[in-house]
Amino acid sequence: MSELTENMPKKNPLSLQIDPKRFEPASEDEKAQQDVMHASTSFFRDGMRKLMKNPLAVASIITIVVIILMILIVPKVVPYGYDEIIRVNGSRDKTVTNLAPFQYSEKEQAAIAAGETIFPHIMGTDSLGRDYFVRVVEGAKVSLSVGLFASILVLIIGVIYGSISGYKGGRVDLIMMRIVDIIYSLPDVLIIILLSVVLNQTLDPNNPIVKALGTNMVAIFVVFGLLYWVSMARLVRGEILQIKNNEYILAAQAMGGKSGHIIRTHIIPNCISVIIITTALQIPSAIFTESFLSFMGMGVQAPMPSLGSLANSARQGLQSYPWQLIFPAVLIVLIVLAFNLLGDGLRDAFDPKLRR
Amino acid sequence: MSETNKSEYLVEVNHLKEYFPIRTGWGKTTMLKAVDDVSFAIKPGETLGLVGESGCGKTTVGRTLLHLYKPTDGEIRFNGELVTSKNVHKFRKDMQMVFQDPYSSLDPRMTVEDIIGEPLDVHKLYSTKAERHQKVLDLMSLVGLNAEHATRYIHEFSGGQRQRIGIARALAVNPKFIVCDEPVSALDVSIQAQVINMFEELREKLGVAYLFIAHDLLIVHHISDRIAVMYLGHMVEMAEADELNDNPIHPYTLSLLSAVPVPDPEKARANKRIILEGDVPSPLNMPSGCPFRTRCRFATEQCAKERPALTDRGNGHMVACWNK
Ligand SMILES: Nc1ncnc2c1ncn2[C@@H]1O[C@H](COP(=O)(O)OP(=O)(O)OP(=O)(O)O)[C@@H](O)[C@H]1O
Ligand SMILES: [Mg+2]
Repeated sequence: MSELTENMPKKNPLSLQIDPKRFEPASEDEKAQQDVMHASTSFFRDGMRKLMKNPLAVASIITIVVIILMILIVPKVVPYGYDEIIRVNGSRDKTVTNLAPFQYSEKEQAAIAAGETIFPHIMGTDSLGRDYFVRVVEGAKVSLSVGLFASILVLIIGVIYGSISGYKGGRVDLIMMRIVDIIYSLPDVLIIILLSVVLNQTLDPNNPIVKALGTNMVAIFVVFGLLYWVSMARLVRGEILQIKNNEYILAAQAMGGKSGHIIRTHIIPNCISVIIITTALQIPSAIFTESFLSFMGMGVQAPMPSLGSLANSARQGLQSYPWQLIFPAVLIVLIVLAFNLLGDGLRDAFDPKLRR
Repeated sequence: MSETNKSEYLVEVNHLKEYFPIRTGWGKTTMLKAVDDVSFAIKPGETLGLVGESGCGKTTVGRTLLHLYKPTDGEIRFNGELVTSKNVHKFRKDMQMVFQDPYSSLDPRMTVEDIIGEPLDVHKLYSTKAERHQKVLDLMSLVGLNAEHATRYIHEFSGGQRQRIGIARALAVNPKFIVCDEPVSALDVSIQAQVINMFEELREKLGVAYLFIAHDLLIVHHISDRIAVMYLGHMVEMAEADELNDNPIHPYTLSLLSAVPVPDPEKARANKRIILEGDVPSPLNMPSGCPFRTRCRFATEQCAKERPALTDRGNGHMVACWNK
């Protein structure tokens, strides 16, 4: 140190006395090192990583995947149709009704003794002698599809309505939101009952859609399309109002971007996470509503099963055959819980500020 | 361009007004006069500095000028042609803006490449993806950003880098005129100088004209050809940069200049700081007559009665004051 300061010009006693000879200019390589930043993570990957760290969310994903696989595979593997009354060697079997899980009817036992293989009734049979396992899986399929389609309906209507209201703002927003308030205050179950009565009278029963779904189902979809999108619309509107305040929207206007461009490139990408999360949370609520309505006898049309209607018909034999209620009920709980937990996980991973 | 009223000015602003309706409860609204009767003009390649304290309406002038807010009154001309809400789209390519806040003016869900490429998308300024990529890289190197930053998201950048991204975006369409809204006030001093120098370089290279907004007179004096001083939505003085610095006339400009630190201690001691009394009046409740009179040492009865107009005191030095 002293040796260094020795041969330096004495400038100011207070100066640091730094010897310029000990420094050399940084090379281009060294300069570039300053610019190195941590690895780039996209918003989506970051969110997925967080989601995969959430054990509840992972368990829900596994549950949902298992249920979907079951829906896809079971009809291929099990040789019974969901609306097919079991016959043994082409003849009707009176004793095949209300079997317990893995129990065989007398005729079936005889057939097995004769060397035939008969596929076991994993969940027994119902009061009409139909394989209950196949019916429960079919019911899960119906319930899931209803939940999914109702949610998509809610998604489309809610997002379009909410974005128009939020984007236009001002008087348009005011009027559109008052309409939402009115719809919000309508009692949904009452509307479904009224609608299914009205639709029963007015819909053409030969219409293929009506034939396939039954008027009750059409009523449920109509109600979802009419009533259930309001919370989605409110949420999307709030999100857009907030996004609109950001200066990058103003910047897009300043560069000449039209409304369509701004909505596509800025508004939708910035509220997509809220939309996905809300949809994920909408699915279980739709499944639950459908199950509830089917349980009340206002859901799917026989012989089509849904988890709710299966639970409903199981009520009569509750004392003697409790498993007929337990299987669909457990499946409803599993599906609804899994979707709810997945929605919560998505929310925590992609939009932590939404958590209340 | 059949119009014959082509002027020497690139941008002309005449009697521009921007009032914001403010709800004051129970259906009542009052007008907040953010900008009240402001006129100025900028030649091609020229820089007009706009100074004033926070809330005096600088940003509003810039945004209204670009029709981001619909002007309440007054006219804006670009290349001699009147700009209206209907035809503003054809001027968008020529007038750009660098925003005050480098955080909220860049979309957090877009990569740098997409942010800088957005104006190219809007105006369809490329034919192939590769051409777009090349243009973005050129712009990035123009403002001193690394090519490898192109795929990154905004949250990975510092304030200075973000401001450069904002500048590259404004330059993407080759504008003739850029409103720079306090482009350096969010940055720390060492980076401020870099960015200011960059603006100067770009002006030399590309010949763009700036409306350079700031509240720091030192910076504005450094970069501007002319300076306009605003107070409470009004323009109180406008002159050549050196002229304004050496011979300020309006009492408000005098007080602003007295607050600027002077490097020479001798001069600094001689230069008595003029401290303004009282607060800035609320723009909702403007004083009658001259907006500055409530804090002015020279205020007379006339100041309360009538608002002074900007008058030329020779050499294009415009001042709005009755007494000076
Ligand atoms: N969109 C708006 N609606 C209502 N009032 C506004 C709006 N924008 C600005 N104002 C008001 O107009 C006045 C001028 O605001 P402006 O943002 O132009 O000030 P500024 O000079 O840019 O200030 P700063 O230096 O802090 O950026 C302020 O009183 C502000 O509250
Ligand atoms: Mg401002």
